[in-house]
Amino acid sequence: MSVQVVLPGVLADLAGGHRKLEVPLGGGTLADLLDALAADHPMLARRIRDETGQLRRFVNVYVDGDDVRFERGLDTTLRDGTQVQVLPSIAGG
Amino acid sequence: MTDLLAIGTRKGLWLARSDDDRRSWTLSEPYLLAQEVAAVSIDTRRPAPRLLAGIQYGHWGPTVMWSDDLGASWQETEQGAIRFPEEAGAALARVWQLRPDSPERADVVWAGCEPHSLWRSTDGGCSFELVRGLWDHPHRPTWEPGGGGAAVHTVLPDPGSDRVVIAMSAGGVYVSEDGGNGWTPRNRGISAGFLPEEPEYGQCVHKVAIDAGDPERMYAQNHGGVFRTDDCGKQWTSIAGGLPADFGFPIVASPRTPGTAWVIPLVADMQRVPPDGRLRVHRTRDAGETWSEFGAGLPDGTWASVLRDAFCADTGDPTGLYLGTRDGCVYASADEGETFTTVAEHLPDVLTVRAARLP
Repeated sequence: MSVQVVLPGVLADLAGGHRKLEVPLGGGTLADLLDALAADHPMLARRIRDETGQLRRFVNVYVDGDDVRFERGLDTTLRDGTQVQVLPSIAGG
Repeated sequence: MTDLLAIGTRKGLWLARSDDDRRSWTLSEPYLLAQEVAAVSIDTRRPAPRLLAGIQYGHWGPTVMWSDDLGASWQETEQGAIRFPEEAGAALARVWQLRPDSPERADVVWAGCEPHSLWRSTDGGCSFELVRGLWDHPHRPTWEPGGGGAAVHTVLPDPGSDRVVIAMSAGGVYVSEDGGNGWTPRNRGISAGFLPEEPEYGQCVHKVAIDAGDPERMYAQNHGGVFRTDDCGKQWTSIAGGLPADFGFPIVASPRTPGTAWVIPLVADMQRVPPDGRLRVHRTRDAGETWSEFGAGLPDGTWASVLRDAFCADTGDPTGLYLGTRDGCVYASADEGETFTTVAEHLPDVLTVRAARLP
């Protein structure tokens, strides 16, 4: 079982140059996925979550196309084959 | 001898170099482009000078990065140099201050951060440990954020003792005499016009600087008011007489001449622009008893302010001064603030400048 993580180009360097990662995961939640990601790619994981474990304010995560902030957040359930996409929100100046 | 000036802006870091005793400057290409660099330091205690930068990766959060090759390459700690322990229940919001300690404490670097917290590194800034004495201080829950955030923005370790002085917006000045375990508020005499009466702490002190000749003597640019203490903050007295305005952000003390300090006044809290649109530096030679205005080389018709860390001195003789404005101009003085030359124009908002002399 695995989950596909899709990254924006600006984060690819922190994932060995890859924009897509296959993360083996036996079910679980988005939080479990990000924990697994942190084990292999700690700097990448820090860009997505702060040290309290919360998603950074201007980082959006979509699970199979749905914004997790409107789902169950980090408790959103992942299935085999789920695609998790990380995108920067529109912010800045 | 090369003079190096690090310029941290809202969208990157620039380095300026002078090889002719600060008469002319060459500006680098941008480093860390598009990242906010709110804190920068040039640590000259190492065989190769280390640039330390407190950055905000825009969407991706804050951290500390360092370069040992003057910006050509940058490193960061995998897990993050500054990371609140889990039980703190807090997340780093911004690095406001990076301050190398004395040469005798060669690998010690201090960091002042938002939320209000102080950090100490013993490995040159690669990793920091939360100073629990301040984090656990009973006053902390009542410290308010200043307009810029809830930050420890000033960290002043005393090279001759275990004393550390910090300043916070809006917590005021606190002093530790034991390297950071115990902390005492030292704000008596500093006004707080935004409160009904002068409190023990909670003042919005914008910047503090220590006199070159006496570690007990300090200067403070307050959110309304300029003050001096001669007893390490037990009592502060106003030294704003003779200034065109008592509001401003930075204050710089000479590293070599006792009694000498500089401020850059702004009109007032509700009008944070240079008086009459004239950017000017004011210098005291007598610890604030009198002030003289200097502006040769600084612009008229300008309405940009200078933030609390965008003004600094070097260790040269005579002292060099450097200031950066919110409209992206940087000026340097090689004669203790009497005349200035333009180092840069049209950069993003300048948040911090730091200078060093390299052999």
